[in-house]
Amino acid sequence: MNLYRAHVLICGGAGCLSSGCKAVLDKFNTELKAHNLQDEINVVETGCIGTCDLGPVMVVYPEGIFYQKVAPEDVTEIIEEHLIKGRYVTRLLYERPASGEQIPFYNEINFFRKQQRIALRNVGLINPEVIEEYIAQDGYLALGKVLSTYTPEQVIQVLKDSGLRGRGGAGFPTGLKWEFTKNAPGDQKYVICNADEGDPGAFMDRSVLEGDPHSVIEAMTIAGYAVGANQGYIYVRAEYPLAVQRLEDAIKKAHEFGMLGENIFGTGFSFDLEIRVGAGAFVCGEETALLASIEGKRGEPRPKPPFPASQGLWGKPTLINNVETFANIPVIINRGADWFKQIGTEKSKGTKVFALAGKVNNTGLVEVPMGTTLREVIFELGGGIPNHKRFKAAQTGGPSGGCLTEKDLDQPMDYESLVAAGSMMGSGGLIVMDEDNCMVDVARFFLEFTQDESCGKCTPCRVGTKRMLEILTKITQGKGEEKDLELLEELATSIKATALCGLGQSAPNPVLSTIRNFRDEYLAHIREKRCPAKVCRALLQYSISSELCKGCGLCARNCPENAISGEPKKPYTIDQEKCIKCGNCLDKCPFNAITLK
Amino acid sequence: MTEACCHGITDEKYQKLDEVINQYKGKPGGLIPVLHQAQLIFGYLPKEVQIKVAEGLDIPLSEVYGVVTFYTFFSQKPRGKHTIGVCLGTACYVKGAAEIVEALENSLGIKVGDTTDNGEFSLMVTRCIGACGLAPVLTVGEDVYGRLSPDKIPEIIKHYEKM
Ligand SMILES: Cc1cc2nc3c(=O)[nH]c(=O)nc-3n(C[C@H](O)[C@H](O)[C@H](O)COP(=O)(O)O)c2cc1C
Ligand code: FES
Repeated sequence: MNLYRAHVLICGGAGCLSSGCKAVLDKFNTELKAHNLQDEINVVETGCIGTCDLGPVMVVYPEGIFYQKVAPEDVTEIIEEHLIKGRYVTRLLYERPASGEQIPFYNEINFFRKQQRIALRNVGLINPEVIEEYIAQDGYLALGKVLSTYTPEQVIQVLKDSGLRGRGGAGFPTGLKWEFTKNAPGDQKYVICNADEGDPGAFMDRSVLEGDPHSVIEAMTIAGYAVGANQGYIYVRAEYPLAVQRLEDAIKKAHEFGMLGENIFGTGFSFDLEIRVGAGAFVCGEETALLASIEGKRGEPRPKPPFPASQGLWGKPTLINNVETFANIPVIINRGADWFKQIGTEKSKGTKVFALAGKVNNTGLVEVPMGTTLREVIFELGGGIPNHKRFKAAQTGGPSGGCLTEKDLDQPMDYESLVAAGSMMGSGGLIVMDEDNCMVDVARFFLEFTQDESCGKCTPCRVGTKRMLEILTKITQGKGEEKDLELLEELATSIKATALCGLGQSAPNPVLSTIRNFRDEYLAHIREKRCPAKVCRALLQYSISSELCKGCGLCARNCPENAISGEPKKPYTIDQEKCIKCGNCLDKCPFNAITLK
Repeated sequence: MTEACCHGITDEKYQKLDEVINQYKGKPGGLIPVLHQAQLIFGYLPKEVQIKVAEGLDIPLSEVYGVVTFYTFFSQKPRGKHTIGVCLGTACYVKGAAEIVEALENSLGIKVGDTTDNGEFSLMVTRCIGACGLAPVLTVGEDVYGRLSPDKIPEIIKHYEKM
């Protein structure tokens, strides 16, 4: 390898890709050649660095200078000023949202400083397409160690001691799951990585697969050795084509290096991996539905027990873990259970990756120790709520979870405390909502989602969620009655108790949680026919202020229903009967004369 | 529209499909990968293709149809030259994705799930594509557009109209 005097890490994660990082990367390569610096300066396209809303972003080492929103036009300046003369390009530095103070160094920005990266250790740091870079970060060291010096029992003991729990949602102790699979009778066993990442609004698994695919491959091979399986499957959702491509590529490279396939490291242990691509069904993230899907069938879940550990893929004992769970494992083997166990809370060890999105300044990926408070995540790492709006709620656990409110901000977040707060950890999606979001509408949104994704096999979920959705829709249209709340709660309770799989059992959660925390908002919709957040269209009225209106007629020309009339140069009026509340007039009015009530 | 089978040009496509089927024949769990490939070849999965897959893999047609209709990724209708997918994941929803859908429906004159008469655009809604940090987002084919607002829609459509 060449010895470079500087490294430029350019984020090639999904966010930055859509902000145009490829053009920046290309420009960097051509400009470095033009300056004859290609042998001195190394440009690396990495996985997601984390700060998606600031993209395209890059970090320049050895100093560790973070540049944001870099355009191809900025590249020459970065090369000539920073890389040749050693002067930072100040206009591209990060600015603290509140004070506007510039922070040049990557590791001094709160968003990064407060993180502890275990699962994401290599994401944003290495080129995921170059196996040597993974190996240089101790990659495949754990596998070598395990295959040459550990018995399967010892591997499982390390995991049990570490306290690692599943990151896919339920938080089941990983070591125990491995032990069940190992002890299940049968000579053919399988290891599966659940990379379906169905929670809409979560993208941590995607970032691991795209930014550090070898960590998952290494961990799955370790799992194969521990439970006695020679074949593994990675089930990736179809919406992640780049992840599939990176994985395929990584599997091929691992084969070439003798870390996958026959006789790994010459130890006699063989393990192989195949990728299976989903086809757009949320329920396939549920483990028994996932098994059916890999078998080539409709992804319908089945009752448990039997659990996959005893009867899984094609009836054989099968270990299923989530991407992030796997990504933790090589580090735990390398650094030991004692090290891992010091991080986190009493019952939730290690870190958790959250996908921070919604109404928050720094959207992106953060990995923090279990037990970090919601306030730290949203206000310190996330930089608070944009446009000086007020924090209203944060949804965790996706469509199966619930919302956290102001009162929960200082709760340390771990598996137990989130359940106690009426939500759940889920896979790590964390959607922040501000005063402009209507909680009734959000509950309706989630129900619409689960209703649409219900596979239809069991009645409580198929019919029950439909009835709940109808009631919620009625409320958002101003046709709700007070007894609807009771009815919703009653339906919710019976669906939770009787649905076949986790999808149905958890579908009512967002409704229950919003009723509990935002009953007043429901009541405003029902009693006063009013949407306090001004979201529910049917409850809104557009009107034109006679003082501000200059009579330009732009609103009338843009009204699709001809609901606005008036004479030029005189105030116009809206016919409420005809108005469909599309909002065109408000968008078009140059004098801000149209208001919404 | 579904009579794709018997024009000379598509013979080549069926040949390709045969190759895919042979590759997965006898392998357990091969149906979904074959359907993925078939959709890549034909653009959608008309009845003829499903029959061919069923015969090729020796699986009842009812099972093939059951799988095709279960998964939203598989389409039985041909799609337009450009498929626009608006993300309706949570992050996008709380940042106003519904208004983006509305703006698209107005600009294109079609509803979600439909294709414009000239065969240029199909409008779909998708679940999270993992670019939540840039919500709301939409995709046109493989291209991703983030940080959208309704007023950016006409420009995006114009860009593809010319292609
Ligand atoms: C409706 C539903 C959807 C799920 N979706 C996912 C998913 O997308 N990814 C995931 O890892 N686990 C998902 N799970 C949880 C899995 O069933 C399973 O518990 C998990 O993959 C086990 O891995 P872990 O122990 O490493 O967490 C889902 C569960 C349910 C009920
Ligand atoms: S919610 Fe839209 S990309 Fe994730």
